[in-house]
Amino acid sequence: MNNDTPGGRPPFTRRRFLRTSLMAAALTGVTRAFSPCVSQALAETLTAVRPPVFWLQGMGCTGCSVSILNSLHPRIADVLLHVIRMDFHPTLMADEGEGAVEFMLRSAREHAGGFLLVLEGAVSEEKEGRFCVIGEAGHQEFPLSVMLEQLAPHAAAVLAVGSCAAYGGVTAARGSVTGAVGAREFFRRKNITTPVINIPGCPPHPDWMVGSMLILLDAAERLGLAAGVKETAAGLDAWGRPRAFYGSTTHENCPYLYLFDEGTMATSLIDKTGCRYSLGCKGPGAWCDSPIRRWNDRVNWCVENALCIGCVQPDFPDGQSPFYQKNLW
Amino acid sequence: MAVSIAIDPITRIEGHLKARLEVSDGVVRDAWLTGGMFRGFETILLGRDPMDAPQLVQRICGVCPVSHALASCMALEDAAGVTPPREGRLLRNLMQGANFLQSHILSFYQLSSQDFFQGPSTPPFSPRQKKPDLRLGEAATRMMLDQYLESLDIRAICHEMAAIFGGRMPHVHGIVPGGTSAPATSRQIQEFRSRLKTTREFIEKRYVPLLYLLSESYADLARVGKGWATAMCMGVFPHPDTGEEAIRAGVWAGGKEYEFDPAKVMENVRYSWFTASSGGSPFSAPTLTVDLDKVGAYSFSKAARYSGMPMEVGPHARMWVGNMELSPMGRELAPKHLGVRARTFRELGETFAFSIMGRHLARAEETWFVAKAMEGWLDALRPGENPLQPMPKLKDGEGYSLTEAPRGSLMHCLRVENGRLSFYQVLPATLWNASPRDDAGLRGPMEEALVGLPVPDEDSPVNAGRLVRAFDP
Repeated sequence: MNNDTPGGRPPFTRRRFLRTSLMAAALTGVTRAFSPCVSQALAETLTAVRPPVFWLQGMGCTGCSVSILNSLHPRIADVLLHVIRMDFHPTLMADEGEGAVEFMLRSAREHAGGFLLVLEGAVSEEKEGRFCVIGEAGHQEFPLSVMLEQLAPHAAAVLAVGSCAAYGGVTAARGSVTGAVGAREFFRRKNITTPVINIPGCPPHPDWMVGSMLILLDAAERLGLAAGVKETAAGLDAWGRPRAFYGSTTHENCPYLYLFDEGTMATSLIDKTGCRYSLGCKGPGAWCDSPIRRWNDRVNWCVENALCIGCVQPDFPDGQSPFYQKNLW
Repeated sequence: MAVSIAIDPITRIEGHLKARLEVSDGVVRDAWLTGGMFRGFETILLGRDPMDAPQLVQRICGVCPVSHALASCMALEDAAGVTPPREGRLLRNLMQGANFLQSHILSFYQLSSQDFFQGPSTPPFSPRQKKPDLRLGEAATRMMLDQYLESLDIRAICHEMAAIFGGRMPHVHGIVPGGTSAPATSRQIQEFRSRLKTTREFIEKRYVPLLYLLSESYADLARVGKGWATAMCMGVFPHPDTGEEAIRAGVWAGGKEYEFDPAKVMENVRYSWFTASSGGSPFSAPTLTVDLDKVGAYSFSKAARYSGMPMEVGPHARMWVGNMELSPMGRELAPKHLGVRARTFRELGETFAFSIMGRHLARAEETWFVAKAMEGWLDALRPGENPLQPMPKLKDGEGYSLTEAPRGSLMHCLRVENGRLSFYQVLPATLWNASPRDDAGLRGPMEEALVGLPVPDEDSPVNAGRLVRAFDP
């Protein structure tokens, strides 16, 4: 086939172009490169690799699941029908009860080392994990912590979606009595070495979740699952986040940055002629691409409407509050 | 012989719920519902800056964050003696309304519709219970799948509406103590209006007619699941000028209507994994203390009661209490599919209103009602008008709020001491509908509604899941 191309090189197809731009995005953290049209086109070209995905809901609010339903590039219906194979998702799946849990356990055995585990919400192992029981199998109750300990070592990778799953988030905030933690911390305690991809945000933008899966699936299609996971893991920052989406601060891409530089500060939330830093905006220390990506079909985003509360950060919410007071730094 | 069945997890709901049923001769004889997850927001909130509460409480529920933000802001405003400007009240109604549409469409299509049709033979539509008891023909099945897929776009559009004035969804930025964070622009109003039009068309041409049709196709499910047949609404969508609520507060019990009185709300914990002293009035109950070894306890949910009575909450309760007018589609379709002439919801009859299909249909009708009301609020907006009343620094005070989340009544009570939250109680709809037994041993509303439910095949107890999802717990 390559003979058709001058110089015997593989043809520079749309698919290769996408891959090139995707690699650039993943490696350099140039967030602009991972635009909606890239992920849309990539989703259309993914064909072979559809490892089963088990989406476990832990101690959270289901907001991450609701957010991913807003995916537009590609549309969530395409994601579910063509891009990923969602073998277990408590809010979407037709099945229920023991049958559903046993189906997941069976599928996990059949695809040992070849499935993806998504965790939404935090996990607690206190009181034998009873603060979060996710179902029964074989007439036995499964706390999330037990299920995670059983499945995670055999997963190709774990995607910790949302700030609770990644770092504990609001569930683990000061005053919590449940001992909840994020996936990495839980795995550290249990000596589980499966790679974890953190996709924080409260909730994460649908593009961050779907896009991270696409990066992983694309790498898996090129290199095989194990090597693909390795490449994806190499593209994570120190906090375990894909650089493609979390490579720059909200502040540096903020359309109001010039107001900050000028020293023109807002006097109240409804004053849109000044920078919101004076009101407590956490943009300078919050790493995500919301200002460029915008939210909900791009109609708006956090700072345009009010201010950033730093929901993507590992120390959210305690280190980011009070939300509406000027930062000390 | 009685058989004990456990359904765990009950899927396609928000949260973690398990049902234990005692079944004999194909009928549920007794039921216990277990809320299987605890995070403890009420202790997490203590000692914090009160202004942070509206953001934090949204994380209680990713489906209804707008309602929690609103309830928290209203309680803080009550404590501070602040009233948001008219514009802020309108924008709040619009964000809350948009999320009602989003939540109701999600509740029926994404969560419940698979109870009535078979999707494609791939996950997440498959596998499913061995005998799913599906009765639609090929054409109707295809229509439902088309609507399922279309509804995914529509509910995302509803989120976009809320985000136009609220910054993003889920978890809005725009609802803040004192009002909302941004004046509306003409362009935003236009963007909102076009999305509302698309959504309203879907509601009128798809959602509402489908529910009348399904109520006929599954006529037996339009007669079962009655339960206590009580109803409560705390009132929602205040008129920006008069304060009169578009969906009014009230209580229905024993065939009579009563005025709602917040002092009659109590929380029982006898069957909950909390110490005995954790219950009481939401205005004064001490902070929750977990007790997982408590004898007899079986849920992390408390049992909220009104004058000692379990109360059903949610769309059917609101439609019943307010005896809301049916949509033009409903008035036309009711004789054809339900065999009754009805102008208002109560005219559909108590048996239907408190059945599996009745609860679903009430949700569809309410979606139409809210969409229509939203058009009026949108017309009343004045671009550029100030929506925010500055909040004074709250040092000491207490306040509470009453509203409705899409899934039912919502109450927040709080106290501020020395500029910090010293008390916070949240009473979401789950504590009503999905409650365990109370101190007097009365079953929670969903438990009671499960009793008597036909379960012809113990290996595929599909009706139990259907009933639970009809409540949208």
